[in-house]
Amino acid sequence: MKKKPIIALVGNPNCGKSSLFNQLTGLRQKVGNFSGVTVERKSGVFRIDPQNEAVLVDLPGIYSLYPQSLDERVVIDILANPSHQDYPDVVVVLVDASNLKRNLLLFTEIADLGLPVILALNMLDIASQMHLQINATKLAMQTGLPVVRLNARTGEGINQLQLAIRQVLAKPVGASKVYFDVASYVPALIADVKSRYGLQNDYLALHYVQQHDIFSFLSNDTRVSLDGLIQAHNFREIDFRAQETVARYQQIEPIAKAATKATADVQLPIWTRRLDKILLHPFWGYLVFLTILLLIFQAVFTLAQYPMDAIDGGVAALNHWLKDTLPPSMLTNLLTDGLLAGIGGVVIFIPQIAFLFLLISILEESGYMARVMVIMDWLMRKFGLNGRSVVPLISGVACAVPAMMSARSISNRKERLITILVTPLMSCSARLPIFSLFIALVVPATPVLGFIDMQGITLFGLYLVGLLAALLSAWALKGFVKTQEKGYFIMEMPTYKWPRWYHVGISIWESVKSFVVEAGKIIVAISIILWVLASYGPADSMQRAPQTVRQNQPTLTGVALENAIAAQKLENSYAGHFGKFIEPAIAPLGYDWKIGIALLASFAAREVFVGTISTIYSIGKGTTDSEGTIKARLKAEINPRTRKPVYNTATAFSLLIFYVFAMMCMSTIATAYRETNSWEWPLAQFFYMTGLAYLFAFLTYQALR
Amino acid sequence: MLTPSFKTIADLKTGERAIIRSFSDQLLSLKLLEMGCLPGTEISLQFIAPFGDPIGVQIDSSYCLSMRKAEAATVVVLSL
Repeated sequence: MKKKPIIALVGNPNCGKSSLFNQLTGLRQKVGNFSGVTVERKSGVFRIDPQNEAVLVDLPGIYSLYPQSLDERVVIDILANPSHQDYPDVVVVLVDASNLKRNLLLFTEIADLGLPVILALNMLDIASQMHLQINATKLAMQTGLPVVRLNARTGEGINQLQLAIRQVLAKPVGASKVYFDVASYVPALIADVKSRYGLQNDYLALHYVQQHDIFSFLSNDTRVSLDGLIQAHNFREIDFRAQETVARYQQIEPIAKAATKATADVQLPIWTRRLDKILLHPFWGYLVFLTILLLIFQAVFTLAQYPMDAIDGGVAALNHWLKDTLPPSMLTNLLTDGLLAGIGGVVIFIPQIAFLFLLISILEESGYMARVMVIMDWLMRKFGLNGRSVVPLISGVACAVPAMMSARSISNRKERLITILVTPLMSCSARLPIFSLFIALVVPATPVLGFIDMQGITLFGLYLVGLLAALLSAWALKGFVKTQEKGYFIMEMPTYKWPRWYHVGISIWESVKSFVVEAGKIIVAISIILWVLASYGPADSMQRAPQTVRQNQPTLTGVALENAIAAQKLENSYAGHFGKFIEPAIAPLGYDWKIGIALLASFAAREVFVGTISTIYSIGKGTTDSEGTIKARLKAEINPRTRKPVYNTATAFSLLIFYVFAMMCMSTIATAYRETNSWEWPLAQFFYMTGLAYLFAFLTYQALR
Repeated sequence: MLTPSFKTIADLKTGERAIIRSFSDQLLSLKLLEMGCLPGTEISLQFIAPFGDPIGVQIDSSYCLSMRKAEAATVVVLSL
């Protein structure tokens, strides 16, 4: 069978590429990395006719084939390398019709590479709001290439695009017209490069000259010999690149003019202008931003509570039912107390994560995020960051891993490095389980201001502590990181758009899926190991447990006796010994050996903490489990010495503060290593954050005790 | 050297229109050219962020580009 043809989707940022990608592939998407680099690669299979399918690859948004950031390099690296596994059979260039000239720049560059191209005209509705009419037929006549009108948000015109892809696949021809005839400027150099490397296309030869340093498929020898050619021909790269851009716009001008008709004074859509007046206002702008953040946290806490309670109750009921139905055995215990308790600890946080991603993706979809970058740039710069750092920092609230990767859009090395280093201090969604559990345990839901309550405010406060820690650390790092380059902040302000719910839904689905699969694997594995460690111990002390209890507390009977025996067993298990061993180190923070076990178990991934706690306490409670939910179990936990609840305000807040700072996440450390390409930074980061965690948890406990 | 009579984007007031003449930072100009800021293009200052920086410039009535004041100061313009 023939391999499925590859269709590459290329376009400027904000031109609606992801909408079109979602329209074509729906839920048949795969997220991975481009080969050899850690740039997210989204691909999906779609039907081009009833018999045939093609693979659609979404390439990072770019303004031109000359990349500004690491992510953008992928595009030219693929398009210049026919043996790349993603080298496309057809390129669909998506063009924002409301900004035709600037979008056509990229189109002419790709057409000049000689690839089979389809021009897809998007955002015609926005163009008409700006009083612009775009004539697709004239554009097709001018360019000599297939032009399709579509609305990527509603799916209008998708059929015509599929038809065009089919036709081009059947008869793949590149553009006949050359927009920038490089051979007429530097004929000798281009001829040399073409013959030396066996290239057919003039413009590709120019990219060999201009960009060989970033082409992953060229050897070092090739790069050196290209440098030699540049010298021999006395070629001036930067001057030539400026010359090329100007020449392209000269070609584009008449094409765009012929295809565009203004029906009235051309101006930006009225809503964009009106909203910007408020959202960029020195006072209202910040107030709106702060209010939106506060509402996000309140929504995550209150609205998500209903499905969470349902899941918590459901897991407890299932646990009960399994224990009643299955014959009592070690295997049943492993299934209920080990596995199910661990899985319950993952599943319960799906509603909160879904809500968080819902709200973040609405902010991104609507175009508001770019405004946030603008109003925050001045402030961010004071801390050694960039307005663009806002996206990693806000995404860090969901997960530090994609957040640190999104810092690649910051072209300045220093600002990017600092952003990567401080992003893990933002409270990610894996901390949310811990936060919500302990807040619910010790903070009452007293209403404040009607719609916000104390729990919401406490949660907001914890996120604020994380944010402050991130900013202050960035400020402290400013002096340590040295660089010569200047930071850029040249950024397009997209027009405001109403979010597409289908698109938002897909983004939520993808994030929840990866949380459940990635975090779930670790949590379930650690839950089982922990159950084993907590159920077995040095042989005789475990067996002696019932005897010891009966000797020490001869009056106990029934459930109370069983509980005391189970607690004695846990204390003498391997996990118990482990916890006891580290207890002296964590006692100043207000933790006992049981919390110590959970703390150690969560070193690889902090989300393990709650699952571990729930596994430990369900074991500690014996088999007659009367209180089903984790919260109820923690509330009932009594310190045997003081006869007071273990989870008092001081201990709970000490734990909350500990987890605000601690860098307990293998994936974050691995990502920091990958993104900084060094071990020093992630290690420094790890010790710095863990040190902060210990110090502040200690201070919190001692202050509240 | 630029003489004081030269005006840059950084000197514009909100709503003021101008025409791009030249650039004083070559590397930055590559990026600006690709974004459609060519000599001869009409621009207008759309907004100034709180604290006076960054600013938003409407390019050729077709879209809004934000940049820092220091970056704007590298683009020499002619007031309209």
